[in-house]
Amino acid sequence: MIDPKYRTDDHYDDDLSMPPSSPSSINSTINSTIELVNKNLAKRYAAEKRFQVYGILSIAFGLFCLLLLFTDIISKGIGAFTIHYVQLEVTFDESVLDINDSSDAMQLALADYQGVVREALKKRFPTVTHRPERRRLYSLVSNGATYHLQDLVQEDLSLLGQTRTLWVLLDDDVDTYLKSREDRSGPFIGRLKSEQIEWIESLYKEGEIESRFNRWFFTSGDSREPEMAGIRGAFIGSLLTLLVTLALSFPVGVAAAVYLEEYAPRNRWTDLIEVNINNLAAVPSIIFGLLGVAIFINFFSMPRSLPLVGGLVLTLMTLPTIIISSRAAIKAVPPSIREAALGIGASKMQMILHHVLPLAMPGMLTGAIIGMAQALGETAPLLMIGMVAFVVDIPTGITDPATVLPVQIFLWADSPERAFTERTSAAIMVLLAFLIIMNTLAVWLRKRLERRW
Amino acid sequence: MTISSLFAVIAVLMFAAYACGYQRSISRATLVGGQRHLHSLPLYYGLLTSLWCAIPSVLLIGLWLAMDDMVIQHLVVQSLPLADQNLPEAELGLLVNSVENYAEGVTNLSGERASVIAAAAERLNELRGLSRKALTVVAVAMAVVVAVIIWWRISPEVRARNHVERVFRVALLLASTFAVVTTIGIILSVVFESIRFFQSVPLTEFIFGTHWSPQIALREGQVGASGAFGSLPLFAGTLLVSAIAMVVAVPTGLMAAIYLSEYATKGVRNVVKPMLEVLAGIPTVVYGFFAALTVAPAIRSGFGVIGVDVSAESALAAGAVMGIMIIPFVSSLSDDVINAVPQSLRDGSLGLGATQSETIKRVVIPAALPGIVGGVLLAVSRAIGETMIVVMAAGLAANLTANPLESVTTVTVQIVTLLVGDQEFDSPKTLAAFALGLMLFIVTLTLNFIALAIVRKYREQYD
Repeated sequence: MIDPKYRTDDHYDDDLSMPPSSPSSINSTINSTIELVNKNLAKRYAAEKRFQVYGILSIAFGLFCLLLLFTDIISKGIGAFTIHYVQLEVTFDESVLDINDSSDAMQLALADYQGVVREALKKRFPTVTHRPERRRLYSLVSNGATYHLQDLVQEDLSLLGQTRTLWVLLDDDVDTYLKSREDRSGPFIGRLKSEQIEWIESLYKEGEIESRFNRWFFTSGDSREPEMAGIRGAFIGSLLTLLVTLALSFPVGVAAAVYLEEYAPRNRWTDLIEVNINNLAAVPSIIFGLLGVAIFINFFSMPRSLPLVGGLVLTLMTLPTIIISSRAAIKAVPPSIREAALGIGASKMQMILHHVLPLAMPGMLTGAIIGMAQALGETAPLLMIGMVAFVVDIPTGITDPATVLPVQIFLWADSPERAFTERTSAAIMVLLAFLIIMNTLAVWLRKRLERRW
Repeated sequence: MTISSLFAVIAVLMFAAYACGYQRSISRATLVGGQRHLHSLPLYYGLLTSLWCAIPSVLLIGLWLAMDDMVIQHLVVQSLPLADQNLPEAELGLLVNSVENYAEGVTNLSGERASVIAAAAERLNELRGLSRKALTVVAVAMAVVVAVIIWWRISPEVRARNHVERVFRVALLLASTFAVVTTIGIILSVVFESIRFFQSVPLTEFIFGTHWSPQIALREGQVGASGAFGSLPLFAGTLLVSAIAMVVAVPTGLMAAIYLSEYATKGVRNVVKPMLEVLAGIPTVVYGFFAALTVAPAIRSGFGVIGVDVSAESALAAGAVMGIMIIPFVSSLSDDVINAVPQSLRDGSLGLGATQSETIKRVVIPAALPGIVGGVLLAVSRAIGETMIVVMAAGLAANLTANPLESVTTVTVQIVTLLVGDQEFDSPKTLAAFALGLMLFIVTLTLNFIALAIVRKYREQYD
């Protein structure tokens, strides 16, 4: 049977075998073909141009999204690195503090530092006398101020009975108002009342409010009060989780890669392992969360929210990545080096440990760093093993309840306060900074140490 | 002794065993005329002793810890009064739980069984202490005895290196099976819980039901807590969000890949490609935040201008942002297959007078098509399994709709909402998450399998 394609060719042959035409008519056929081509040429060049423009537009769209994402996050989050303080004349009056024996640590811890702050506010605004008004006045200052005063007194007992000019932390509503003061759309008032704004403005005009570096953000754990919430707890939690992940996944991953590259016979079992690793690398991370819940939490009844359990789940998740990159690194070591080692009498294990692994190490480290970067940004499986708990204390070990940076971001993103939105973006900036550092390190390591044969 | 200090002791013993084995091999060798008579380097005799010192006792500790809770629980139950021993299983479990909680000082005692619980808790603590002490003694003794036996048997004829290497080889083999074990673990955990789920909810209702509301009535006749498990709206929502993501990602990613591999100069390529790949490295929680707080309000106000009401948690916002995330994924996979198309095909087409774009459209893309399809399938599986973006930007209500401006929910969102927080492992609500996980696993695994097969088959063609 004749393929239809060839039949059309036959058809053309028929055309050509038409009665011989005069030279001029051949010329005219050629001319008409050229004309035809020329006629279409403009159109085809336009199509070419259009096609290229589509390509450029696609790339521009991708880069634009990247730029938009970064500017959006940075413009939202940059404010969280500063915070407003107010200057107050604080008198550490023992009667207000309710301290009669300054050597009693319990009394110092339980003293009414809030009262001292309130007295100072009263003194600053003597005209405010009504109770509800006073309450509004007190709410200008953060609860965090009391901890600050407590620290001061516990450090230096001679402060008792004296008056000091101190800078104390303002409430997040006030802070947000002050930060949005210069906005074109007008300041963000939120829950503030008009008299509160008057007080803030008067303090601001007198220069008694100052914007300073927000050390709370880097030194404290999570808090219900946005002005005191920080990423330190989540950061340490991430660090501990990553430590567990690295300690487990790197040795196991390298060992698996060595076995598969150097020892494994080519048979069905090895093929199965290989297909398995490739598929596992593409399994959605939430499935690893289910695995963690079913095996570690339900079956082994481990407690929730531990960096240890989080690290175990992330180990299973990053293992395929590490195995795949380690195998590539081992494969890149030329066989001549192996043969030379075996030739001078090294055993296979000696050849691997003394020659192959040191030469493949940069590649394997690069893979490990990329795997760790992946694990650092992972959220879903950790949500499911309970790392979403509200943890105020900063974890000190892998068996302390903790949360991690991405989960902290998720938690804060859910909070309605505008100050939390700001902190979410700032936490994202910190997270992205770490990811960028890790990826740059990986690229640098690859460029610097990888040898090409 | 705590477990970590027990391990510390064993580590110290290992070092000691290493040193002893090392010394012994040398001293035995000098008897027969020097180190050259040893089969292996002294280091291997040290390693052999130290491995034998550690492995049996570590195995013992693992086994002991895995078993002792069960044994102790059994003994405590036996120490209970006979009436309590014959309680139904569920009640007995509760009783054992309260004994454990009291023993750990979590709860205070109250109620009728206070004295029973207190006595049992005391017994529990006593047994636990005993078990720990016994473990310490047995583990350390085992480590020392085995090490001494090995040490005693060291002689120049012992093939220490071969033994040590065999142990290492087994360790490597075990490491390589981790991936398989993980897969089996996933399958087992998801399948078992799913079977339990399907015992209470029929499979047909789960797959074909159109109503999803997993709240189970806590008391009789509670309003709005019917406990319906029809997963169709979830899959429809997942498909809708993934389809939107693909509409964004596939044309953009493909065109970007074509431009970068066919038109762009090397300099442009070296700058643009890593920048696009940054998009793939950004954590999904960041995209979720971006979708929920920037893109969704923007879409809402954008459509508000033309008078269309958009849900605050529209599928469009989640899908579009997911698409942005997947762009580099599609583009780098397509880039690979486009580069694998032999240059001779391009040259042939160009030689016939085709323009470059005609060559790409009629020659390069058709030749690369299987690989591109494989890449797109991988991207689809990624979109289906994506969690954080939809958790933060898509809704919770299960609507069966194809309107991208409405709010939909997805499989992954439901898994997260069902499992986050405290839960019991026997309510259908929790088990439903595993059934959804099973579906998700099957779907993504199938897609990955097909995609990888296509990609692999295609790659072999031009090699």
